[in-house]
Amino acid sequence: MKITKKEVEHVAHLARLELKEKDKEKFTEQLSDILTYVEKLNELDTKNTETTSHVISIENVFKEDVIKDSISLDEALNNSPEKEHKHFKVPKIID
Amino acid sequence: MKLFQMTIHDLHEMLKKREVSCKEITNSVFERIDKVEDEIKSYITITKESALKEAEEVDRFIKNGDNISPLTGIPLAIKDVLCVKGIRTTCGSKILSNFTPPYDATSIKRLSDQRPVFVGKTNMDEFAMGSSTETSYFGITKNPWNLETVPGGSSGGSAAAVAADECIAALGSDTGGSIRQPAACCGIVGLKPTYGRVSRYGLVAFASSLDQIGPMTKDVRDSALLMNVISGKDPLDSTSADIPVPDFTKALIEDVKDLKIGIPKEYFVEGMNKEVETKVWEAIKLLEKLGAKPKEVSLPHTDYAIATYYILATAEASSNLARYDGVKYGYRTKEKKDLLKMYKKTREEGFGPEVKRRIMLGTYVLSAGYYDAYYKKAQQVRTLIKRDFDEAFKECDVLITPTSPTPAFKIGEKMEDPLQMYLSDIFTISVNLGGIPAISLPCGFSKDNLPVGLQIMGRHFDEETILRVAYCFEQNTDHHLKKPEL
Repeated sequence: MKITKKEVEHVAHLARLELKEKDKEKFTEQLSDILTYVEKLNELDTKNTETTSHVISIENVFKEDVIKDSISLDEALNNSPEKEHKHFKVPKIID
Repeated sequence: MKLFQMTIHDLHEMLKKREVSCKEITNSVFERIDKVEDEIKSYITITKESALKEAEEVDRFIKNGDNISPLTGIPLAIKDVLCVKGIRTTCGSKILSNFTPPYDATSIKRLSDQRPVFVGKTNMDEFAMGSSTETSYFGITKNPWNLETVPGGSSGGSAAAVAADECIAALGSDTGGSIRQPAACCGIVGLKPTYGRVSRYGLVAFASSLDQIGPMTKDVRDSALLMNVISGKDPLDSTSADIPVPDFTKALIEDVKDLKIGIPKEYFVEGMNKEVETKVWEAIKLLEKLGAKPKEVSLPHTDYAIATYYILATAEASSNLARYDGVKYGYRTKEKKDLLKMYKKTREEGFGPEVKRRIMLGTYVLSAGYYDAYYKKAQQVRTLIKRDFDEAFKECDVLITPTSPTPAFKIGEKMEDPLQMYLSDIFTISVNLGGIPAISLPCGFSKDNLPVGLQIMGRHFDEETILRVAYCFEQNTDHHLKKPEL
């Protein structure tokens, strides 16, 4: 499967990644190679094979709804790159 | 033998008899770090100050005459993928280079309850994506056996720290071989538990359906001792299994009589590294001499494991790594005209090339129009790979293979060719897809004096049998006693 530079740009946008021009070219080539490699899965007939998303069979896991201590507001904000008045600060969203 | 060279169980006996203090052990480990760390670079963060304080507390505790557990006072290293409260946790990435977790991972909490001494956080491939520890934002770790070769990865820092005696034992994490392959490259013991055996709470997520935390140790007994502590159901991880945890040290018996050992023929193919092949066959012959019954088996879908893995793991990673947006924690770009631009720039500047490549691949295979062709297809093939194991374990108690197709490779050798790098996990990846446990332990050395690893795979939640086979092999060989010259 060959992937185009345009597709790389589209996927980068979906992934919220800005790519440098030289990275776009490198990824176009490398992702094409990897996608070609993984196409070997098409050698297998899986028409009637179920999917496995999780190997250990677990049914819904429930627990009692008990209120417990959580981390404090200060601790939660401690790692934020920018904060103001007990909030995470981000660039302006609405004009 | 110096204190820093010893095992958990050796030191525990000495601590119990009051032949040594925790402070002496801890000082010995830090003397070793001072001597070799500049060359090896196992650690991202060394926590000497808090470690010495912990050591003093342990000594007071022992003096009070309290009963000590096997891990009390033992200097441990932790892969920098596990959250330790108050200690910077980077995951080998610029994007988390300033992150200090406000909580402990469950495995760390369980260890802490036993009062070990935490020496530091070890280097790793960025977000555990790699097989050589070369993708870390914090630089390259060297293999203690040969400073021109990689220690394997992604838990290369933990493996190197154990091999170079810069700690007594360590924790790693394994998504496609990241405990076992570096353990093999560095000549130590690495165990990936059954999926669900160890809580993943506080483990920075890479691929949630494949990730497991496990011990990296100097011998098999130490592996069992760490497993005793970190295993078990955790309400904070709904995928942790509610299955009783045995005393794994009880499984360490020197007896493999009549155990059925499967040799998957797909793992011994034309063109494989001759030295690795020879050492693994010698190991199988030794186990046969000790009474085990080897038998050829087939895992017919082995050849599809890497393709399956690189679809599923990258898909899960692209979703897990969406959280790094420069808002709540971690690195944020200086350029922040608008929110979308800020996200994109932050991620461009914060992630390294391998992480970006995997986010791109994962986003692509999940994107509209490609989901069925790639992601669903890979999930179906995962079923076939899992069934291969189910079939094989109907007639065998364990499976034995090489851990890695070659001994440690040269630094830089595979960095320009991602696919070649991915292929170094060819023997370890199926285990994660099947969710089964596997251990790697040293089974000899190449002519260049690089360790070769033997992999033993077991049934779901049967870590006991792989530990037993590994123990029996180890007790009849001396590979685990060899130390690199540093």
